[in-house]
Amino acid sequence: MDNDTPDQGSGEAPVRVVLAKLGLDGHDRGLKVVARMLRDAGMEVVYLGLRQTTETIIDAVEQEDADVVGISMLNAGHLTLGPRMVEALSQAGLDVPVIIGGIVPDDDRPAMAAAGVAGVLGPGASAEEVVACVQAACRRC
Amino acid sequence: MKTERNPEEGEKQQFRTLSGIPVEAVYGDGPAPGEFPYTRGVHADMYRSRLWTMRMFAGFGTAQDTNARFHELLKAGGTGLSTAFDMPTLMGRDSDHEWAIGEVGRAGVAVDSVEDVADLFAGIDLSAVSTSMTINGPAPILLAMYIAVAEEQGVDRSHLSGTLQNDILKEYQAQKEYLFPPRPSVRLVTDVIRFTAAEMPRWNPVSISGYHIREAGSTAAQELAFTLANGFAYVEAAIATGLAVDDFVPRLSFFFNSHLDFFEEVGKFRAARRIWARWMRDRYGATDERSLKLRFHTQTAGVSLTAQQPEVNVARVALQALAGVLGGTQSLHTDSFDEALALPSDDAARIALRTQQVIAHETGVANVVDPLGGSAYVEWMTDELERRAEEVFTHLEDLGSGSLLEGVHAGIESGWFAGEIADAAYRYEREVNAGERIVVGVNAFIEGDDPEARRLLRIGQDTEDLQRKRLDIVRQHRDDEAVAAALAQVVADASDSTTNVVPSLLDAVRVRATLGEIVDALEGVFGTWVEKSVI
Repeated sequence: MDNDTPDQGSGEAPVRVVLAKLGLDGHDRGLKVVARMLRDAGMEVVYLGLRQTTETIIDAVEQEDADVVGISMLNAGHLTLGPRMVEALSQAGLDVPVIIGGIVPDDDRPAMAAAGVAGVLGPGASAEEVVACVQAACRRC
Repeated sequence: MKTERNPEEGEKQQFRTLSGIPVEAVYGDGPAPGEFPYTRGVHADMYRSRLWTMRMFAGFGTAQDTNARFHELLKAGGTGLSTAFDMPTLMGRDSDHEWAIGEVGRAGVAVDSVEDVADLFAGIDLSAVSTSMTINGPAPILLAMYIAVAEEQGVDRSHLSGTLQNDILKEYQAQKEYLFPPRPSVRLVTDVIRFTAAEMPRWNPVSISGYHIREAGSTAAQELAFTLANGFAYVEAAIATGLAVDDFVPRLSFFFNSHLDFFEEVGKFRAARRIWARWMRDRYGATDERSLKLRFHTQTAGVSLTAQQPEVNVARVALQALAGVLGGTQSLHTDSFDEALALPSDDAARIALRTQQVIAHETGVANVVDPLGGSAYVEWMTDELERRAEEVFTHLEDLGSGSLLEGVHAGIESGWFAGEIADAAYRYEREVNAGERIVVGVNAFIEGDDPEARRLLRIGQDTEDLQRKRLDIVRQHRDDEAVAAALAQVVADASDSTTNVVPSLLDAVRVRATLGEIVDALEGVFGTWVEKSVI
């Protein structure tokens, strides 16, 4: 893994991240903050916003040639919706890692990892942790 | 369910400190508590005659699960009920809708039909308890269900006491749980205001809420300003339907956040009362004293709770609750310490209630009204927050060519509110990240976190399956023709903006039309809303 931020003379295109709220939950404070953190770190953010479905997210990943998908949930729906997102991407033939942000109890992390979720960011994650998590997940970084 | 402190009428109770020193009800000069502009409180003797209502917000799983928690909270000394609904209910979808998958009963209680509301309040006398329902987009439908259940219990709607959040404007600005575009949504709010003004004298039809604006990341000044501006907008909208200001404003109530900066919060509550009194009297011509008195509920700041060392949240909540009490709140919810991790467990919810009881019964702070009044700092903070709020009102007034209602609509449509809030949220995050702000247990003092010690409330998939079965049974045992006719009437009434839609909603829920069916019918008339995304 290359630890340089992509926009600092490496010549590579910046990491592209699709960010979305999957499901009905409307709490978007965290996702908006994450969007700005990633932008400030030189990444390109495609912010889909509220009430997205696995289909709308996959469309965006294809159209934007995204490297990473970040979905946010504060409604305890992660155990159902997280694996569904991973599965949907895989069925669409897209090898794009999924990161989940929100309120995810520690006990659920092994299940999320087993379902193929690449990373989990909880409340209080710093900008460094957010950026590192995306870079660690990104296949070409 | 009011908490009476001096039941013996006429006998003046002595209030003394822990050491026995007698204390007066109020200290200092200037307009006293209970006098215009009510900066120091809406009652002359505040908590001396009646403590605030300890209203704990609860909801999870099926209606029966939440009903059990309600009974526990009442047994433990809670004095009001407050209902949290799950995401599909908040978004007006039935539990068997495809968008509901994974979300049924997880973040609140699932309600699909009047049968669920009946189970939710089973064994609770609705004429004796005051109930708050945190619902916005589908608020008129939930009100109709509550009335129908009460009437099936034999309680007339005129005897019902409670609060419907029903504050749709802040949904577009902050919490984002809207169903229809802003203008027809405001019409539904005024339909409820008109209905309750005529038929439910003890009901608060709107709880104008800064809480969610603050949770979304606003500053204290923005919370104050946006919330009161929304209040002015509802007043203008209701007056435009032909109501007289004093016919409905006395039943408007407010809901604020109590965050960490202690004196800023106290100043905010005091400024809110003063601004509301002045605007109602001078701008909207209210003369009934009850129209001038801003009454509010407070909840401690969920967003301030940390997932790291969560026990420390008990201290945060206690201090925030104290700020709410010193700010003169009428009711209070204290957050549970485990809420950054999951929905509150039974134990954590009990500790949160006990925290209020310690403040009420052990600290002596309830013995004197507005004990911080007269502090140079608190008075300056009150003035400063008022000044900042007035700047926002001027901006919105300009946007709306003199109308606050139009100014608020313009600010929603352009994404101005959401942008201001997102800017403030990011500024805060950067300060924490840079270590300019200490968050105990997160970016300093991080030793001692013990994830093993946590016992969290978990809602399983079985809840979702069970709720779908309950819904199936309702659909099987009703008269489908009656449902179709009732929904057609809802559509007809919604299509005529001068007709109040609440009576036809009542008829629809009585014949067991579901929440999702009614929302679909209304959506056919009003359409949906996609916000302008502002990062």
